[in-house]
Amino acid sequence: MGLTGLDIFKLTPRKNCKECGFPTCMAFAMKVASGAVEIEKCPYISDEAKAKLSEATAPPMKTIKIGAGDNEKALGGETVLFRHEKTFVNRPLFAVQFDDQMADDELARKADNIKKVDYERIGEQMHAELVAVKYTDNKDRYLEIVKQLKDLNKTFVLVCDDAAVAADAVALVKETKPVLVGANADNLEDMVKLAKDNGIVLGLSAAGIEDLYALTEKAQGLDYKELVLNTTGENIAKTFEKTIEVRRTALEGKDRTFGYPSIVFVNELAKGDAYMQTALAATFILKYGSIIVLEDIEYANALPLFALRQNIYTDPQKPMRVEPKVYEFANPDAESPVLLTVDFALTYFVVSGEIERAKVPAYLAVPDAGGLSVLTSWAAGKLGASVIRDMIKNSGLEEKLTRKRLVLPGKVAVLKGDVEEELPGWEIIVGPEEAMQIPKFLRELD
Amino acid sequence: MAYTKVAKKYSGKINEVTLGTGDKAITIGGRNVLPLHHFDGEVGNPPKVGLEITDIVPEDWNDALKDLYSDVIGDAAKWAKYVEDNYAPDFICLHFVGASPDGANKSVEECVEVAKQVADAITTPLVVAGSKNDEKDGELFAAVAEALQGKNILILAAKEENYKTVGAAGALAYQQKVAAESSVDINLAKQLNILMTQLGVKEEDIVMHLGSAAAGYGFEYLSSTMDRVILAALGQNDTTLQMPIITPVAFDTWGVKEAVASETDEPEWGNAEERGIHLEVATAAACLVSGADAVIVRHPKSLQTVKNFIEGLLQ
Repeated sequence: MGLTGLDIFKLTPRKNCKECGFPTCMAFAMKVASGAVEIEKCPYISDEAKAKLSEATAPPMKTIKIGAGDNEKALGGETVLFRHEKTFVNRPLFAVQFDDQMADDELARKADNIKKVDYERIGEQMHAELVAVKYTDNKDRYLEIVKQLKDLNKTFVLVCDDAAVAADAVALVKETKPVLVGANADNLEDMVKLAKDNGIVLGLSAAGIEDLYALTEKAQGLDYKELVLNTTGENIAKTFEKTIEVRRTALEGKDRTFGYPSIVFVNELAKGDAYMQTALAATFILKYGSIIVLEDIEYANALPLFALRQNIYTDPQKPMRVEPKVYEFANPDAESPVLLTVDFALTYFVVSGEIERAKVPAYLAVPDAGGLSVLTSWAAGKLGASVIRDMIKNSGLEEKLTRKRLVLPGKVAVLKGDVEEELPGWEIIVGPEEAMQIPKFLRELD
Repeated sequence: MAYTKVAKKYSGKINEVTLGTGDKAITIGGRNVLPLHHFDGEVGNPPKVGLEITDIVPEDWNDALKDLYSDVIGDAAKWAKYVEDNYAPDFICLHFVGASPDGANKSVEECVEVAKQVADAITTPLVVAGSKNDEKDGELFAAVAEALQGKNILILAAKEENYKTVGAAGALAYQQKVAAESSVDINLAKQLNILMTQLGVKEEDIVMHLGSAAAGYGFEYLSSTMDRVILAALGQNDTTLQMPIITPVAFDTWGVKEAVASETDEPEWGNAEERGIHLEVATAAACLVSGADAVIVRHPKSLQTVKNFIEGLLQ
């Protein structure tokens, strides 16, 4: 990190040949320093200079890919500790864990839950992306379970510290690009070889943070860098510390030995308490978990966890938007009022929440207002009478309704006259300024 | 190369604020590290968890919760005592939903009477929350602060619209603690803290309420606002942002679809009470990790889980 334009300039041939597309080597070097151009654009750069540069400009945290085909996901690659500093990039993935001690009925129940929890929320498909299978002592049963779970079409996390068993398990599912979590100080060489031979990501486990550091250095020494670090500690406090320290060492300490994604077994920490598991999973969504392992998944824990992940991994520069369309509440009919709001997700959620609370049948029309709040989109010219007219005309509401009432947000009461002109036959009503007044407003609307 | 810990030392510190009196009084704040970062330095007082009760029967609450409290739900004082005896929360939040002019519209006198009965029935610290109507809440809080003088309650909350009434009566005249409520924005939070201190309210009598949100409903704004406030308070030693933070998680989580939708509406989702608890503990945990020094929850199981969670993180 931190090579300046001048440092890079010294690595160039300094003959201003323009073959890179820039007028001078200096101009080129400045662009490289800002990350806008790859150093390879210079045909005369030496390999030695290239190596020096790629080492210096590599991101502090590696991006690791797991899963094959449509299941491929990236982990890590984060550059900041707090999302407001830039954004978080690769959302943590959820795994549900099985083991070789499980009876068939329990296995079937959990597999069924994984299938059931699969739904869309604001344009994102929500489901547990991974299945973890843990080896304890029954090899045949372990392999049988891995085989059975292949039907779920998920990426595997094979939790197994016996290299021989792991080799057989990997052979069963290697084309799905699984993660093998099982390397420790005792088996590192065998595990690295297994991972290398199969081209899969290896998870490293060690008790203390110094041990984990030493182990990671050793793995890198064996020339393997497709790694995930198991930051689960002996208890909740230690795990919290370890997970934060690893990320902080990489991003703030600029030490790439810890620049890998993490895996946190919150199922082990929760000790059978499902609510505690949810609290811990929420914690590691915010604080640097890359793979979060759960005991089980049901709508009750999935809904808050996926929703939280979606929020936290939203780019602060690109606020979340909802799909522009007409939303329905409490089975509205031909007489129900049409409320209007914008596609900025936060506004939509507040308004829709209040309409739900009112338990009054209603439509909510959401035009494409640029993902801005009501006043901002109005000020930016994205929520005007013509936008509203087009939205209503294209929505099919005019054909559906016998009584046409459109409720404008109170903040844009000024639009009333214009909208009346654009939408003849509609009664245009100015609604409340604040969402919390909606229930009362709707109940009192005749 | 050996592992070197990235040391985090901050010049600033979160203020300590004490609520309640006697043996059960609680103190929040007092850390000079990021939330729950016990490994970095002085982690201060463990965050506290309060349980919500209401002044009138809360019609929109989950049925299972109303059943749980069926013997006491019609009498706030009995309810508070029941909660204190059975669940031992760090504090109790008496939420005056009945004061809302859009709802039952109970008079200030009636509310004060309820507040007095509740305060007399318990020894646990008390937090009083309003009806969301700024004008009504201003009058209500002033009257409650007077009636409960000496109890060292927390008033939740003074806003830009009514901070003069609430701050003057609550903190200046009757020496209660006051939360300063802003809507998920570091600058608004800072501004209100400054206005309150200019009014004469002492910094150690102020708690911040930075706004609240359920997980999935714009929670990223709340989380990032907390991050920014805390980094400014600790890293830049900004004394106008060093007040501890309280977040009423219960008020939002139990009102969103994931907690409200009936099993008939969403058959796949399963039991609504379960959903509500999971949403509440997920949101509470996320708030605590982001920087809340106190959270308010509604379900006793959430209370128990969040208390265990805090203990686990600080063990």
